[in-house]
Amino acid sequence: MSQYKDRIPLPPKDAQRTDMTCHFCIVGCGYHVYKWPENREGGRAPDENALGFDFRRQIGPEQIIMTPPMHNVIADRDGRRWNIMVLPDKQCVVNKGLSSTRGGQLASVMHTGEGASRQRLMYPMLFTGDDWVETNWDTALKVYAGVTKRLLDERGPEALAFNAFDHGGAGGGFENTWGSGKLMFSALQTPLVRIHNRPAYNSECHATRDMGIGELNNSYEDSEVADTLFYIGANGYETQTNYFLAHAIPNMRGETIAKKQAWFPGETAEKAKIVFVDPRRTLTVSIAEHVAGKDNVLHLAIAPGTDTALFNGLMTYVVEQDWHHERFIAEHTSGFDEALAANRMSLAECSRVTGVPEADIVKAAEWAYKPKASGHYPRTMHGYEKGIIWGNDNYRIQSALVNLVLTTENVGRRGSGVVRMGGHQEGYARPPYPGGRPSIYVDDEIIKGNGRMLTVWACNAFQTTLNAEEYREAVYRRAGIVRESIARARGATADELVDLIYDAVENRGGLFVTNIDLYKTKFSDAAHLLLPAAHPGEMNLTSMNGERRMRLSQRFMDPPGEAKPDCLIAADIANTLKGLYEADGNSEMAARFAGFDWQNEEDAFNDGFRKPEGIDTQGGPTGDLATYERLRAMGNNGVQLPIKEYTGGKLVGTEMLYTDYKFDTDDGRARFLPAPWNGLPATVEAQRKKYRFWVNNGRTNHIWQTAYHDRYLAFRRDRFPMSPLEMNPKDAEDLGIEAGDIVELHNDYGSAFAMAYPEPDIAEGHVFMMFGYDNGVVGDVVTPWTDRNLIPYYKGTWADLRKVGSMRDYKRTVSFKRRRFDLA
Amino acid sequence: MADLSRRRFLKAGGTTAAAAGATLLGGGLAHADTEQSHPGATTLPYPRSGIAKASALKENEPKAFSYPDEDSFCQVIKLGRPVPGGVGPDGDIVAFSTQCTHMGCPLSYDKAARTFKCGCHFSIFDPEMHGQMVDGQATENLPRILLEHDEAEDTLYAVAVEGLIYGRQCNVI
Repeated sequence: MSQYKDRIPLPPKDAQRTDMTCHFCIVGCGYHVYKWPENREGGRAPDENALGFDFRRQIGPEQIIMTPPMHNVIADRDGRRWNIMVLPDKQCVVNKGLSSTRGGQLASVMHTGEGASRQRLMYPMLFTGDDWVETNWDTALKVYAGVTKRLLDERGPEALAFNAFDHGGAGGGFENTWGSGKLMFSALQTPLVRIHNRPAYNSECHATRDMGIGELNNSYEDSEVADTLFYIGANGYETQTNYFLAHAIPNMRGETIAKKQAWFPGETAEKAKIVFVDPRRTLTVSIAEHVAGKDNVLHLAIAPGTDTALFNGLMTYVVEQDWHHERFIAEHTSGFDEALAANRMSLAECSRVTGVPEADIVKAAEWAYKPKASGHYPRTMHGYEKGIIWGNDNYRIQSALVNLVLTTENVGRRGSGVVRMGGHQEGYARPPYPGGRPSIYVDDEIIKGNGRMLTVWACNAFQTTLNAEEYREAVYRRAGIVRESIARARGATADELVDLIYDAVENRGGLFVTNIDLYKTKFSDAAHLLLPAAHPGEMNLTSMNGERRMRLSQRFMDPPGEAKPDCLIAADIANTLKGLYEADGNSEMAARFAGFDWQNEEDAFNDGFRKPEGIDTQGGPTGDLATYERLRAMGNNGVQLPIKEYTGGKLVGTEMLYTDYKFDTDDGRARFLPAPWNGLPATVEAQRKKYRFWVNNGRTNHIWQTAYHDRYLAFRRDRFPMSPLEMNPKDAEDLGIEAGDIVELHNDYGSAFAMAYPEPDIAEGHVFMMFGYDNGVVGDVVTPWTDRNLIPYYKGTWADLRKVGSMRDYKRTVSFKRRRFDLA
Repeated sequence: MADLSRRRFLKAGGTTAAAAGATLLGGGLAHADTEQSHPGATTLPYPRSGIAKASALKENEPKAFSYPDEDSFCQVIKLGRPVPGGVGPDGDIVAFSTQCTHMGCPLSYDKAARTFKCGCHFSIFDPEMHGQMVDGQATENLPRILLEHDEAEDTLYAVAVEGLIYGRQCNVI
């Protein structure tokens, strides 16, 4: 960001322009990056700058987005300095020129060598016992590969634990999931791997996949033409911002009626109605009411954890009304009768369990499933996210929801779908995971003293796991044993260090921790080795968004210092191990580490995504059709996977899955799954009985993921110096708590600290805390309970609340005004 | 950077000289202060414009004005309690640009919530907390119009802008 807050340099006409997909949320908005020498700038006349605007006069509303955080000055490794400006792309069909508050700061998070970005890791670093020292790649790799080899040879791969990303966008992408995956699964062959936000290697969507329906099965455009939008545990405005703003809202405003009439001739076409299932009145609910009018918005504020009962009640009611699609069920599905029998729930019982009035359940069913005036079945787009993914029994809720969707044929028809709304972008291409299903509860293994070496790769479980307090304590204790050993090593060579570390982890219960990341993180406080990684802009990176839209986000600058892309770090590790085994004369093991001779990230892309046979890849069998050159030509609109063909210089993709009714099962029929309502898990129920507040948690609009960038940016940090905790003003008054006070949640599992934020829309007895923040970790009070596939129930815990004290500076500098758009 | 800034200052300085002596109250146009326009200056030549009488402001009732020129819409508001950056006898008067910093849509003041709101993409700003974005899609707080209160004449003067006004490459065009 420029040092001047009231002016900004313009890109000259000849500025370099490249495409970038936003690093952050699932939506993946398109941006343009302008780059030009620091000592030049464009003129204000429209023909003197690359943007074509006349800056000699005020530009009108909604014409441009160009703010100081969209500009920065960067330096390449050759010392040349450049201006960069990162602006939203008006031609991108995803965001249509919009930027969110997160994407709007893409330029600010690039390395400048000044201010906040000085925090970036530039060199490998080694903990010497009481301090971090910078070291070179050779030394770092000798230590890392040396310990790895000793453990692999003497203990086997189960000694090698990983906490690793599995997604797209920053800290991910097809290149990096492939590089890291090939190292973990083909070369090391360890099953002791957990994913960035959960304690095991699993899918958040096992149920829908088992039922034959991939979780990203429609296009954002389907939300423009749906009759009804059904949002379940999804807060679109804050977490899929420009999807909601650019695609859902126009439909709610009635701006897409002509499009509906053109797409679906003869069908009743009106502005969309929207149903929300969420115990909390979210910002999205308030905005929907403002935009569409309260008559077109229905908020089903279910009791926490009762989603399964709601879907079972709706399925039962729909069948009773004869609104189910008999022909579709008969011809294209299996298991309907068994599922209906198992799940059957009367309206009265559904209302009793969920706490939702019967009339509202009926209204939801009528809006979403009752035939329209024209006699056609409504097209209902079901979008779900962490409310059920991290809800009460992930597998069961998702089964219940997809049952309802199949009953009403809301898949494979334009304007419908049953889709996870998403957190990160996607970008998965890896060899098969070498463990079973369920996989291994890795956090628990670490707590129990298993695993000897832990690599934490572009993630931070100290902020994003369940039962976090016990986990953190175990990691610190075990890492401390290694730290003490290293502290005593004076004048030790890399080989001697390997011996010391091996002794500490093998004989004294230690855990050797390596962090591969952009920054030091909270987890780095327990680490011994840090390896500096690169992020989009510093490398070419491919990912896909929530409608499977794949883009190439182009490199436009060098990574800082010695930092490099994760896939090339994986290659360095593999190649070092290969050398060690060759020196041993062990050609069999050396062969396992072969195939990493990559010069750049494109080599990793070509080795993984483009050779789909025998691997798990979101590109499917036609991934080989995508090349960097072809993707570059497709720009910010990219191509929707799977790719159908390459013709006329263009990649042709797939807008909607299952339009042919061939589902992803052996017999091609979508499969109903019994999912009877079963109450809260006993572990969670015990906390509910004991403690006063249900601890709901999730994202806020301002903060991305673990705040790894945001914690250093004043605009973010000043807004939330500590995790905000929204609570009902009556509960606050009762406990003597005021806005800006520091409060402590505590239960049988731990305690979490937060900044009180009274909010009348939060029900009494509920609180809502920001998830994943570095200052105030809600995971500390989350129980260790998971579903059958080891998916946590992050939203399922109860705790008591006490006031710690007042923080004068929070009250002086933080706004505690209502975040909802409407009036109280 | 330095060279370019200098060019702009020189240009603005010329305007200033021609416009010196114009009345402050009632004139909506920018009048730069010559003292700010020397070649080494690192601040823009913002005009000093009278925008209102402090005693004429009603509590929680914003008053519109333009600053630093007629195309930049602002509001001044007396909040009835001391706030960060507040001027006037009670330290409760502040002023902001009311074009949303995201895409420039006009903000409206919600008297009950005491926030500025944008109907385009639902950003909310708090005038009682230096224009902080309460929620929304902007990447900047509301540009604050720096005020001075001349006690003798009871006049509020706008003297500078903190933050980039939407739709501009530079606040002083």
